[in-house]
Amino acid sequence: MSSETIELRGHIIDSLILPKVLDQILTSGGNFKITEINIGRKRADQSFARIEVSAETGEALDGLILRLRQQGAEVVERANAQVASAPADGVFPSDFYVTTNQQTFVRLDGKEIEVSPAMINSAIALDRKKGTARAVKFFDVNKGDEIVIGHQGVRVVPVQRATTHTDLFQFINTTVDADEPKSAIIRGIGDELRRAREANGKIAIVAGPAIVRTGAGQHLIRLIEAGYVDRLFAGNLFAAYDVERALFGTSLGANPELAVARGGHENHLRAINMIREAGGISSAVHQKILTGGILHACVRHEVDIVLTGGIRDEGPIPGVTTDVIEAQKVMRTKLAGVTHIILLATLQHSLAIASMLAPDVKTVCVDIDPPAVERAIEHQPLQSIGLVTDVEPFLRELVDCLTDSRVRD
Amino acid sequence: MRELLLCPPDYYGIEYEINPWMSVARGAQAAVAQRQWKQLHATLSELHCEVHLIPPQPRLPDMVFTANAGLTVGRKFIPSNFRHKERAGEQLFFSNWMEERGYEVHWLPDNLYFEGEGDALFGGDALFCGYKFRSDIQSHRALADMLGCLAISVELVDPRFYHLDTCFCPLPDGGAFWFPSAFDEYGQRAIREHVTDLIDVLPEESMHFSCNAVIIERDIVLPEGAPKLVTQLQDRGYRCHELPMSEFIKAGGACKCLTMFMPQREKC
Repeated sequence: MSSETIELRGHIIDSLILPKVLDQILTSGGNFKITEINIGRKRADQSFARIEVSAETGEALDGLILRLRQQGAEVVERANAQVASAPADGVFPSDFYVTTNQQTFVRLDGKEIEVSPAMINSAIALDRKKGTARAVKFFDVNKGDEIVIGHQGVRVVPVQRATTHTDLFQFINTTVDADEPKSAIIRGIGDELRRAREANGKIAIVAGPAIVRTGAGQHLIRLIEAGYVDRLFAGNLFAAYDVERALFGTSLGANPELAVARGGHENHLRAINMIREAGGISSAVHQKILTGGILHACVRHEVDIVLTGGIRDEGPIPGVTTDVIEAQKVMRTKLAGVTHIILLATLQHSLAIASMLAPDVKTVCVDIDPPAVERAIEHQPLQSIGLVTDVEPFLRELVDCLTDSRVRD
Repeated sequence: MRELLLCPPDYYGIEYEINPWMSVARGAQAAVAQRQWKQLHATLSELHCEVHLIPPQPRLPDMVFTANAGLTVGRKFIPSNFRHKERAGEQLFFSNWMEERGYEVHWLPDNLYFEGEGDALFGGDALFCGYKFRSDIQSHRALADMLGCLAISVELVDPRFYHLDTCFCPLPDGGAFWFPSAFDEYGQRAIREHVTDLIDVLPEESMHFSCNAVIIERDIVLPEGAPKLVTQLQDRGYRCHELPMSEFIKAGGACKCLTMFMPQREKC
């Protein structure tokens, strides 16, 4: 989305120039926002309007502005962004601009460049030769890099509420509490996932260990088998519980079916050891050591597994990225192209992922803890649904409606 | 008594093509043009107008169209900024001539095109201003600032009617006659909202430049070839003087293009 601010002056009401300009913007597929208007009181008084004009592409905007100039529109020249050099590797200039996760543009030499990716809590590094603007984290910055400072020349375009069709996410756009009905919303989420798959969207799951512990793993496996999962983000603990469940029938010693401890606490350590011995999850699957569970389903159905570590981890299981900065980079890379994300019962992992999402990623967060849901979706306005519920009934109902042909249409 | 400015057609001819009417190949007949212009001069003089003549200049064939010299309100003269370089040379002759006669010359910014009375006609309490082909809409705002008047800007969309005075003629009683399809839909609406009694000129009559008329009180001097319009004007109590204008229509002008009011209005 590109935009310019124009000003109209003169007898723009009597001459119908104002309605003409607004009509021209809309009929060219553009949009407008009148940011200031001052209508003359006496007959000979002139009027004034300042209008922000936007269009899908820079080219469409240029063409539109050219036509509006013929109607007397004057383009308000915007200031260029101010920059300063990074004083050292990993250090931004002191008044660096801090990004939101909304679509952002910076003006450089009179032209607007979109900041890529749209990433919260970053600085903006400019590359004048390439004409690019990049959202960068501390570890990305090198001494001498040009970093945007202050707010001048930076424009943020918030996600707009859709006006053309009913969007479940925009319609709900809130958290559904524990005591509220959820079936209709879950069916709606199912429809959304079905449409996403038909449109070649990418669906990612962020999975917490509670999925395994509550016995919801079987539903997630069905979701994977039905082709609704492209990427799985989880921690070492989730992986450990899942392989323990697959290898010993327990998770942290508890059997979800019998609800009694059998093998005790050491099962998960033995499971981790077996995977380490096999050389990793994928190897364990191929060696037929690991023959069930969620990660097994992922390997069998070529779902990208992104495992990252935490401070209390045992192991880790091979393939888990334990360096936190490295983990951030891997997660960001693997989030590219994701259109839909479902955050399931994991506060820390959900918050980490949520801070990396582009503003247009459709987000569903399911957690038993209301504040966890609120925090996870607070940066995805108009694009998120939060459900306060146990993850097991949610997944069961979601998978049922996605795999049962009778509920289609 | 109305004062008018005319320019004898001594150097008039079709020497370039800057509108769809002009054809260098076809040209205009100088002797016939002289005769038609003298008839206009005589008609206006008989209507008790004081007709001033500016000396024509060689290599400025369109100087005969004095309506494009500028706009005169009271003692203020706002010279044109011609869009085409072929006519730009006229500017200084007109502004010097007006200045010598005691008019205050007020210049528009150089970067705004404006072609005088050709695109600026008072009707009721508004100054109607045409734009796109010759004048820029921005010039209207500058005019409104200079004169303190309401300027109604209307977009012209038919290149054959490239000046406002080729398709719109305000009458002293607040009405006007016009050729609506020369304007875009917003221009048509703006005119309809500000002019109560509008006479639509038929397409075939508008092609005779019927709207390019000089109004002196109840007398209307217009090109011949618009019998229906003449009847409608006579029904409203106007006396019509129909003149042959064929040689000037070949350059995209007629009675009004050949005439500038000094002033068009005493004040806004």
